[in-house]
Amino acid sequence: MPADYLPILFFAVVAVVLSAIAVLMPALFGPKRPTSVKLAPYESGKLPIGPARRRFSIQYYLYAVLFILFDVEIVFLFPWAVVFRDLAPRWLGLAEAAVFVLILLLGLAYVWKKGGLEWE
Amino acid sequence: MDWVADFWIPLIKAVVVVLVLLLGGAYMTWGERKICARFQVRYGPNRAGPFGILQPLADAVKAIFKEEIVPNHVDKIIYVMAPGISFAAVLITFAVIPFGPEVDLFGQRVGLWVGDIEVGLLFLLAIAALGSYGIVLGGWSSNNKYSLLGALRAAAQMISYELILGISLLAVVLLAGSLNLREIVDFQGTWPLLVLQPLGFLIFLIAILAESNRSPFDLPETENELVSGFMTEYGGIKFALYFIAEYTAMVVNSAIVVTIFLGGWKWPALISDLHPLAGVGLFLAKVLFVLFLYVWIRASIPRVRFDKFMRFSWKFMLPLAFVNLLATAAVVAFL
Repeated sequence: MPADYLPILFFAVVAVVLSAIAVLMPALFGPKRPTSVKLAPYESGKLPIGPARRRFSIQYYLYAVLFILFDVEIVFLFPWAVVFRDLAPRWLGLAEAAVFVLILLLGLAYVWKKGGLEWE
Repeated sequence: MDWVADFWIPLIKAVVVVLVLLLGGAYMTWGERKICARFQVRYGPNRAGPFGILQPLADAVKAIFKEEIVPNHVDKIIYVMAPGISFAAVLITFAVIPFGPEVDLFGQRVGLWVGDIEVGLLFLLAIAALGSYGIVLGGWSSNNKYSLLGALRAAAQMISYELILGISLLAVVLLAGSLNLREIVDFQGTWPLLVLQPLGFLIFLIAILAESNRSPFDLPETENELVSGFMTEYGGIKFALYFIAEYTAMVVNSAIVVTIFLGGWKWPALISDLHPLAGVGLFLAKVLFVLFLYVWIRASIPRVRFDKFMRFSWKFMLPLAFVNLLATAAVVAFL
């Protein structure tokens, strides 16, 4: 029912308005005395060396890809979990889900074997 | 359209719940400092008011009247928005959590929840996932090496543990047969799900600690290596907003744990016929207990190393969560 979401919409609006007020409010109060040192990036009190957006480990990307894989799997499992008690022979539903899960766990085992989960 | 039932009551509920959460988050900072201090044989804040009870207020006033620094090198719009996203996402997460039964208030039948939707659990997961945007965007837009590393860590950690969170919740859904949080609470009328899902509860607890960047898994903001990570470039009210978002997240996460595993506002069937408002008190007591657990864990366990933590997630927790799910399904299927 779309009407069920109305209170949540109210709640979201109140939360967002409150957050926006909190973020924008200090522009009204407080002193404003900027200096060039104050506005420099923080790097342990020294002058920053090089740009901040350096290259980073490929491992983060690998985790992101693996996450998408498993997250989609979980999305598919949610409807199954909701109706599981109503399935006619429950063991069949269990067997099907087990096959589905095992195929993906096989993938995880492969990545594991290849060393994809090791942090260099 | 019935204006009182469809407009004013939800609006009043929304405002009241948001304010209570804000207050809860603020007082959690006080509570944690106080309890942590006791663990370390100190007094903690005790100057502002009796027992330092006005400390959060003093902190808020200080944060508001601080100079607002927006450094030259940041992406201004995203930099300003990020703490707000973090905070709003935490608040909205609470929208589907029931904190009491239906009661008669001022001649109106009022359900003590904000929203009662069929896909409550999915809503919870979806909005909780939005919170990581606040952190990642904040770290990225800061244009600072420490912040970037903190943001990357936050992203990797949050997505890894989101999977585990989801899988441990699948077992709960399987038992309760519903995604509606009110029905999940009703399902726990006789026994809390903790009894049926002890392993699932542990997995969920660890995952939610990791998800909210709490000690011992506060790797995105390690003070000693990343100088507060994604928050390095933030000061004044924006820093305070990140800070209070984290503590409000603790309150909201405790409420989630209580709702899903500890029976929400219900008591085991041994004592039935609770006064409806006593149910709210019970819910509050359980939330406070879980919050104490949070602080207790922080005071007791040192921070883990990031690579070990990620390995733990993918090589241990993920298979374990799947085993828990399939074992639960097998028990439901054959018993």
